[in-house]
Amino acid sequence: MSDTQTFLDTLKARDSRRGSEPTWIAARRQAGAARFEAMGFPTLRDEEWKYTNVRSIAQGNFALADNADFSPASAAALTLPIEAHRLTFVDGVFAPALSELENLPDGVQVLPLSRALEDNHEAVGGPLGRLTGVEFSPFAALNTAFMEEGAVIRLDRGCVVEKPIVLQFLSRENAEPTMCHPRVLVEAGGRSEATLIEHHAGQEGAGNLTNVVAELFLGRGAIFTHYKLQEAPLGDYHIASIHVEQERDSRYVSHNLDLGGALVRNDLISDLEGKGAETVFNGLFFGQGRQHVDNHTKVNHNAPLTFSNENYKGILDDRARGVFNGRVYVKRDSQQIEGFQSNQNLLLSDRAHIDAKPELEIYADDVKCSHGTTTGQLDEEAIFVLRTRGLDEQTARGLLTLAFAGEVLENVTQDAIAERVELAVAGKLPERFNVAGLVETSTALND
Amino acid sequence: MLEVNDLHVTVEGNEILKGLTLTINAGEVHAIMGPNGAGKSTLSAVIAGKDGYEVTQGTIHYDGQDVLEMEIEDRARAGLLLGFQYPVEIPGVKNVYLLKAALNAQRAARGEDEIPAPEFMKLIKEQIAYMKMDASFLQRAVNEGFSGGEKKRNEILQMLVLKPRLAMLDEIDSGLDIDAMRVVAAGVNSLRNDDRAILLVTHYQRLLDYVVPDHVHVLVDGRIVKSGDAELARQLEAHGYEGIEESAA
Repeated sequence: MSDTQTFLDTLKARDSRRGSEPTWIAARRQAGAARFEAMGFPTLRDEEWKYTNVRSIAQGNFALADNADFSPASAAALTLPIEAHRLTFVDGVFAPALSELENLPDGVQVLPLSRALEDNHEAVGGPLGRLTGVEFSPFAALNTAFMEEGAVIRLDRGCVVEKPIVLQFLSRENAEPTMCHPRVLVEAGGRSEATLIEHHAGQEGAGNLTNVVAELFLGRGAIFTHYKLQEAPLGDYHIASIHVEQERDSRYVSHNLDLGGALVRNDLISDLEGKGAETVFNGLFFGQGRQHVDNHTKVNHNAPLTFSNENYKGILDDRARGVFNGRVYVKRDSQQIEGFQSNQNLLLSDRAHIDAKPELEIYADDVKCSHGTTTGQLDEEAIFVLRTRGLDEQTARGLLTLAFAGEVLENVTQDAIAERVELAVAGKLPERFNVAGLVETSTALND
Repeated sequence: MLEVNDLHVTVEGNEILKGLTLTINAGEVHAIMGPNGAGKSTLSAVIAGKDGYEVTQGTIHYDGQDVLEMEIEDRARAGLLLGFQYPVEIPGVKNVYLLKAALNAQRAARGEDEIPAPEFMKLIKEQIAYMKMDASFLQRAVNEGFSGGEKKRNEILQMLVLKPRLAMLDEIDSGLDIDAMRVVAAGVNSLRNDDRAILLVTHYQRLLDYVVPDHVHVLVDGRIVKSGDAELARQLEAHGYEGIEESAA
């Protein structure tokens, strides 16, 4: 039996149990399945997957979860201590008991996809799949084939949501591994403003597959901040695609923070379609043990006077492997654009490995673009100096590692998220590193 | 407090210290002077635990403990602190962070709680003013983009916050103009008390006009060839090291 067949059989069994639903959904799923069957799983011969071997996913046998049972106590331990509007999914299944949707302000909708489809499937059907079609990748096709749950977020024109919206995906330690294919749809109306926190976490012994596709539409002047904190269990497989379309004067800020997962692949794409649109990609990936973390990013400057600024930092320890492939594309006659890209990697062990590939593709002549990538190690002299001030070696190394990540972490204004990253990257430190507290100290001094 | 006995140190196969013996008691300020290449910086580097220095013979004891058996950080926590001749830039680590983490590491080693925030602020406010540094230095990465003089002041600032029992200052005067020298010297003098000691390593007499030592040692070719009081430093200033080297030979 071929690798794809296992997945198609699971799909067939699932489809046979579905109730009645709009025909377009079934048709989309079938198109996804057909495309997936035709393409098969990617191999190292595919340019886009040259450094990332997905055999362990292809040869796996993942069931679909049929409930969202999760102990409230252990869910609470995983949940970010942030006051937020929250949707929780357990192995992809919506968990109302672990969600908080009261007190949503007027002008914003936050719904599980299943409910959004029930309420008004036509409104969902239009944008869904417009940015990330089944052609994008075998995993996008697979996601479409299994499409049934996820989240829909809609912001009316001018709507400002103060509290962050959290989408929490929890992975369970199951007798048999499961898979889920969440679909996230964001429509941010003109001049709306919100922060989305996409959080992937789970139980230590889990070994599930999450294959998530997110599509975001930013209207004119919309400001949207998107945190993706991926701290899935170390046995999990995590494939994610985020595709953003930005109209004039909109601003999208991505904080893509990868800490967990055995095998991780992120595709992050921004299409800048109107003058004044700006995208910021702030990324940090941390790998240890035998983790494999692949980040593919792409900024498409499809209009003049558009701006992109990308800063990705990779930290790899033990035998971890990382991939950074960042592409900046400037469409013909997209003049006066600015596109900056930087990727820096820190290897903490001799056996860690990074493949870094920045790419610029420019078809306009009046542009400001730059890119660069570096890879290095910790400064042993600085470690010595810190130790001569009384810090133990482990703390000294942790501090310098965080210092390396500094520019990325400084922009993470959600303290609870910064804290999780600090703990994962540097272990327990004597002080919060990226801290507001110390900033206050010196502000007070100047008074 | 510190007893160095017949210390022989090799760097990359070359013997730099060839039997150095030195005793420092609490309350004393010692100055080690000597020509370039005499091994002046080696002693403090070995005491601090820098890599690449091989002790082939001799001992170093601090309050009866074998220093060479202590971890680098334990030496610092016990009160042995080295001020560097060339302070290292540590990008991304804020000065204020380092000060607080270092102070708390020292307190933890003594079994004390972390310093409460208001107390820390008060301490740091006093000391940074004493060093005539702007509070903005606290938010800057350690030594990053600091001028030579600012780096040296920053070393002393760390001393003032951490209050070492034995402060070792390696050519703390190099690269300082006269105003910075006064500030640095005032900082060093404020560390003096009956329970602490200071070891100054310097090439020039100039610093010793401001920080008057109790004992001056002349180091030539890896050995202390002459010891005396502050007057010896003045003689060196007047006659140079040559006369000493000859009389030692």
